[in-house]
Amino acid sequence: MGVLIDKFDVFAGGFWLTLQICVLAAIGALILGAIVAVLRISPVPPLRAVGTGYVNVFRNMPLTVVMFFAAFGLPALGSNADFLRIPVIDSLFTRLGTDLPYFRFALIALVLYTAAFVCEALRSGVNAVPAGQAEAARSLGLTFGQNLRYVVLPQSWKASIVPLGSVIIAMIKNSALAGFFGVVGDLSATADQLTGAEGYAFIPVAIGISIGYLIMTVPLGALLDRIEKRQAVAR
Amino acid sequence: MTTGEPLIVLDAVNKYFGPLHVLDDVSLSVGRGEVVVVIGPSGSGKSTLCRAINRLEPINSGTITFDGQPLPAEGKDLARLRSEVGMVFQSFNLFAHKTILENVTLGPIKVRKEKPAAARERGLALLDRVGIANQADKFPAQLSGGQQQRAAIARALAMQPKAMLFDEPTSALDPEMVGEVLDVMTSLAREGMTMVVVTHEMGFARHAANRVIFMADGQLVEDAPPAEFFANPRSERARDFLSKILTH
Repeated sequence: MGVLIDKFDVFAGGFWLTLQICVLAAIGALILGAIVAVLRISPVPPLRAVGTGYVNVFRNMPLTVVMFFAAFGLPALGSNADFLRIPVIDSLFTRLGTDLPYFRFALIALVLYTAAFVCEALRSGVNAVPAGQAEAARSLGLTFGQNLRYVVLPQSWKASIVPLGSVIIAMIKNSALAGFFGVVGDLSATADQLTGAEGYAFIPVAIGISIGYLIMTVPLGALLDRIEKRQAVAR
Repeated sequence: MTTGEPLIVLDAVNKYFGPLHVLDDVSLSVGRGEVVVVIGPSGSGKSTLCRAINRLEPINSGTITFDGQPLPAEGKDLARLRSEVGMVFQSFNLFAHKTILENVTLGPIKVRKEKPAAARERGLALLDRVGIANQADKFPAQLSGGQQQRAAIARALAMQPKAMLFDEPTSALDPEMVGEVLDVMTSLAREGMTMVVVTHEMGFARHAANRVIFMADGQLVEDAPPAEFFANPRSERARDFLSKILTH
């Protein structure tokens, strides 16, 4: 188990990079997922079709395939995803700004994939709001947007928060795939490096990696449990 | 009571739920200031008729005209029309996350762009009018059914509507709370509000309605002043219905 102490800096570096991917991907997926959810419940049929199509594609495709498309498809289309080199943010998350685009590709794939699940979690919350609430809002003359903003969404997040948390936890674990698509130095790539290149025994390294992921996922799960309990009291 | 051109006109309206013909060639006109009570057995299409008037239920054929304008399709125009037609639901449908006063002021502030202070003042006056001003800062779940329904009426009135639709407003209430809601509705009717009321309250139909509409199987079977309808129903279907509800 000496590897955990000897190579602590490598584990810590991997943890930090994975955390960066996860924070950025979670923000991106929440924003994109919210947009897709609005499309899916919109009163305009073509918009609904776009939202449904998006969810059908990205929810049903393996993440590995989405990563393949991002890592090999985007360069073939001539893009290094440079639009993600967002000023200020790229100084905080330094890998966004590097010349090797794999961090950005992995981020795109994670966001696209996770957004489909975020959309469905948000929609399940919207569906949990009694239909009469939206009907009353419409009968007052509120537009679709006002209805969502003032009546439906403030009531739907309570029912969304638990499934949404599960989606984000799954996303953190899914981020492990990034290490196999060229992202150097994240937690999963750390395992590869230590066992492959440096010859450490696999099991201690795997334990170290697992601890890294658990540090991110367990507190998140505990937080969700607390929110759920608070809601139960409020009801 | 009726003056000038009618406010609400339904012409040859048909509506299907799958194979079910819920509105079968319904034509009806409601004059300004008129109170029309719609009665009939359950499943007769009376709620659907009420909900079709502000397009909460789109119709399959025929035309509905409100204040001289045909009902617009989805969008801003429809929202504007709905803001001019108050609606009261069987299950109240007060916004559960907002206080009673916020329920009443949401429409005026967001739809009519009124100043919040002015909307609050008018909202409080309306709550006072329906007798629940002291409940203004409570949430809907803290009120009795009768109080909630009166709040819902105040919410609809806050938009200063040209007409009010009531979809079985007392059907979900405990018996001792029916009276307080009907009192509010009766006073509205006296003040000349145009009202379409779907209800099972025959007492209200008798003393507050200008006309009683009897519906069965999606068709508008009878249309008569209440005294005439209750004393002397013309159709077999209406006689049968009345004999069932009035013998107890």
